[in-house]
Parts: sequence; structure tokens; C-alpha cells
Amino acid sequence: MSDAVKGEAGDGEEHGGSRRDFLYLTAGAMGGIGALAVAWPFFNALNPAQDALALATIEVDLEPVEVGQSITVQWRGKPVFIRHRDRAEIEAARDIDWETLPDPQSDSARLVEPPPPEQTAAVAAVPDADFLVVIGVCTHLGCIPLGQKPGSDKGDYGGWFCPCHGSHYDTSGRIRKGPAPRNLAVPEYSYLTPTRIQIG
Amino acid sequence: MASNGNSTVSGVVKWIDHRLPIFTFMQHETHDYPTPRNLSYWWNFGSLAGIVLVIMIVSGLVLAMQYNPSTAGAFDSVERIMRDVNSGWMLRYIHMNGASFFFIVVYIHIFRGLYYGSFKPPREILWILGVVILILMMGTAFMGYVLPWGQMSLWGATVITNLFSAIPLVGDYIVTWLWGGFAIDNPTLNRFFVFHFLLPFVIVAVVFLHLWALHRFGSNNPLGIDAKGPQDKIPFHPYYTVKDAFGLGVFLIIFAAAVFFFPNYMGHPDNYIPANALVTPDHIVPEWYFLPFYAMLRAISFDIGIPFTGIVIIEAKLGGVIVMFGSLILLALAPWLDRSPVRSARFRPIYKWCFWVFALDCIFLGYCGAMPAEGIWPLLSLFGTIVYFGFFLIVMPLLSVMERPKPLPASISEPVLKGGGSLAGATAKPMEKA
Repeated sequence: MSDAVKGEAGDGEEHGGSRRDFLYLTAGAMGGIGALAVAWPFFNALNPAQDALALATIEVDLEPVEVGQSITVQWRGKPVFIRHRDRAEIEAARDIDWETLPDPQSDSARLVEPPPPEQTAAVAAVPDADFLVVIGVCTHLGCIPLGQKPGSDKGDYGGWFCPCHGSHYDTSGRIRKGPAPRNLAVPEYSYLTPTRIQIG
Repeated sequence: MASNGNSTVSGVVKWIDHRLPIFTFMQHETHDYPTPRNLSYWWNFGSLAGIVLVIMIVSGLVLAMQYNPSTAGAFDSVERIMRDVNSGWMLRYIHMNGASFFFIVVYIHIFRGLYYGSFKPPREILWILGVVILILMMGTAFMGYVLPWGQMSLWGATVITNLFSAIPLVGDYIVTWLWGGFAIDNPTLNRFFVFHFLLPFVIVAVVFLHLWALHRFGSNNPLGIDAKGPQDKIPFHPYYTVKDAFGLGVFLIIFAAAVFFFPNYMGHPDNYIPANALVTPDHIVPEWYFLPFYAMLRAISFDIGIPFTGIVIIEAKLGGVIVMFGSLILLALAPWLDRSPVRSARFRPIYKWCFWVFALDCIFLGYCGAMPAEGIWPLLSLFGTIVYFGFFLIVMPLLSVMERPKPLPASISEPVLKGGGSLAGATAKPMEKA
């Protein structure tokens, strides 16, 4: 090391010195790259394995879910909350200035529109996008919020309440109060029929 | 090497020692090792921590031979240890309570260092190695608590690993990488078992460095002044081996009482419910030794940004994480925050009181951490957090300049040789009772 530095500092035109530097640097760099290349598989082995990655999709039938009822389904090891909201809950989610919320998002931006009602006979069961589908994992530190069972604590905004660190979510699953930084995530889902969705 | 045994043995010892001077080394570092003559019982906790580490490793090795690190088998294998394995119940209770006692011992050891200024020059690296050991212990204890795969195991692990999701940009990838999946599951449990097994041996290695750094300048002492000569020191053996042995006896009595009569007192009943990924317990609390840090994590429930612009620089979640890890980093930086040349709080009238406020604040934070994050508790946690940080960032630097310390004694042995014994004994009576 000190030899190499000396050679360079002593005389820039001296080919012996700079050649040694060059060899030293390239050999060192190759060794470093090689070490990183070997380290990568070890690091990557801790990432989710292929079986975990094989994306499970699930289908959920919404027809039996009554107004005001919530169901929980499991998707990729996580709970997904599906709530059939009543009028008051939808109005509570829409009659606010959503741009002032901690994670500003309008209620309609958090829903997937079901196909137009004329297609099937089961129209009446599903008026306009009453179903809220969110991943039931608190965006703070990953607890499952309360509010799915009748009588459980729904928090100050009638949605969900995370007991771990006191985050309150509203009837659109948006964070309103507490330490969580983001709204409850909306999973990728689509309507297969007006009463049937596929998550994933 | 002391050669009062028979001559064949001492011959073999000499032959080995000439080639590998391990006996000379042991003699030097554990027998003759000159130690300040005025160490109080507060100096027992270092060697005690070492012994607890050995207890944990030995009990852990035997438990690992019966444990099944899979989500399907973990909970049942722990119950099998409790019911079917010979002495399994005792080994598990030793290991489980040993973790709590390890932290009790180490926390007292740390507070002793803060009170008597053991972190000050030339012992900064010794102190930092101690903080490294604490952090390794916290990681090991956290992963160990996951292994029984009860409700608190799963949800404690979920909360703690999610801390890393607060890191901007790469946070979510790091969490997925830690989990090896999209939720805490079998891959997570497997790797936690591996690390829980590995880290104690890393701790042993750092303990060796810690002892190496300690023996460079020797122990600090209750007066906080350097030894002036041989009259200030006594050999480690038999004076401190016997004192440590006595302390160990007292410790083992209390430890055995916990293991045999209230083994679950420091645990949480929810962890006897098998893990369920769809139900979070109503009230997640970490083990008691994490509670002060947990309170600081939860204390930051507001975004930090530029006022009146709505620009958020640090989200509440990241803020909490920074504060929690920052509390440990500040501990490591204590040698540079407290520049007062006087080590012992005995001669620092203001620091002494600030120290006790800090100690009470840590207990107060622990209490806040055990309470639900509702009502007055987040505010009280924030208050406690401010006091904690204030101690390091305001009190320590300010007192370094402002405080007028009491006069220091001329040497460690002076009060002893004068026959009074008053200085070392009387001024700190409440402290001496261990």
C-alpha cells in the first residue's frame, strides 16, 4: 500500500509505479466484485422462496355478506377485511375534506367499481360500491386492527382501531388518528361478477 | 504459575506454558490482577453477568436439543419440554427467567457505570463494547421470545420487525427479507432460531474484548480516582473472587426462588396461547426489559416537519424508531457528552441528583410502556422520553461546564490508612447496600 502510494506521488511518469498501482487496484476491485458476487446468493437466500412467491389468488363470494357485516379472509398469510358498509358509514367516509387527512385519499379512490348492474339479476344486492376491501394489517407496526366483530372497538371514526399503538381508521380504512403513517392498504382485486371478487 | 501441586503436574504445566503461556495468562488476569481495594458490591454485577451468560448458554444448548423450530411443531415441542422431557420444566424455567435476570444484572451494571463515571477516559471503548453487548442481548432475547410460538411471540415479532418498514424507500423490502415471506411464518421462525443460537457466542466474543479493554486500565472504583500505587490495589484472588462468590450465592438464592416459586411472574400469559395470524392480542406488550424502549417508540405519535407548510420530514413511525435506537446510541456516546473530569457522582452534587432522576425516569418509562397507548399515556411517555434525552443531551454537557465538584481524596487508600474509613464508607451509605 505505502509503496504504491509512494510510487504514484514520487513520479507520475514512472511506469513501474503506476503499473503496480493499476495491478493493485484492478486485482483489488476484481476481488471485491467476486466477494460481492458470492455474498449475493447468501443474502438473497433469505428473501421469500419461490413457493412463498407463488402468488395465491382467492375468490370471495360477497352475496351472503349483509349490510353492516364484516368478514375476514386470509390472503398471502394476511387478513383481508371486507366490510359491507351501510349508508351512514359511506356518508361518514365521503362527507369530509379528504385532502386534509394524514394520508389524503378519497373514498372512491379506494374502491374498485363493480361491473354495471344491468348484467346480472343480483343487482339489488350490490348498489354502488358498498363493499370496502382492505388488507387488515395496521400500517404502523403490523398488528391486526379491531373492528371486524360486532361489538368490538371500532375506534373514534367507526372503522377500525389498532390496540397496539392506538391508530384509528375510518369507514374507508383511512388513518385518522394515531401513529400509523398510511391508510390500510387496498389489495389488488377485481369483480368477477357483481357479487364475487378475486383478490390477487 | 503457582506450583504447590505435585511436581509431575507442575512439570506438565510448565511444558505447556512454555509453548502456550495460557497458565501465565490466567494467573495474571484472574489471580494476581491488581484491583482497587475499595470496590463496593455494585462491582459484583459484571462477573455476575458473565455467569448468567454461561447459565443461559448451557440451559439453551440442552433446550435446543428438544426444540422443534417449525410453526407446526414449535409450540407443542415447548409443551413437551415442560411435560415429558426429564427436568425439562426446570431447564425451560431457568432459561426463561435467566433472560429476565440477565437484564436485571446488566441494567444494574450499566447504572453503576453511569453513577461512578466508569465510561469516562480511558474506558470509552470498554463502555462502547458494553453497549454492543447490550444490543446483542436485546436481539438475542427478542428472537428467543419468538421461539415458543405463542401469541406474544408472533405479535411481538410482527411489531418489532415492522420497525424496519419505517426506513424510507427500502423499508418494505427489508421487512420482506427479514421475514423470508409476506408475513411472519415458518422461514422467519427458522432463521430466528438460528440467530438465537448464534448470537450468544458472538456475545461471548465481545465479552472477551470487553474484559480485555477492562484489564488494560483495571476497574474503576467508587471514588472514581486512579490508583496512585500498589497500596491502592489488592490482588483479585482471593479478595474479589470471594466477594464475587458471595454475591453469586445471594443471586442464586433469588434466581432459584423465581425459577421454583414464581416462574411465570415476568412472562405474559398470552404466550401460552398458540400463535394465530388472524387475531392480534388486545394489548401487545414486550418483555419487561424492553418496556422503557417500547415507551419511547410509542411516544412519537406525530409527524416532524416544517411548521405551517405541511411538509413532513420525518413520519411519526420513523420518528419513533429513530428515538428508540437513538436512546441506545446516546448511551454509547456518554463518554463524549459528559466531559466532567470527575468520574464518581459522589463528588458531583448536581449530577448525583440528575442521575437519580434519570434512573427513576427509566422506571417511569417502563411503566408507561406497559400501559395501553391511549389516554394520558402517550403524553406521559413523551415526557419521559424528553427527560431521557435531556439527561444525555442537556444535563451531561451542561454539568461538564457548570458543576463545581467536591474536592477529591488524595488517593484510594488515604481514608483507609488514616484509620477513619469514613470517606469511602460513610458518604455513600445508601449506595453500599446491594
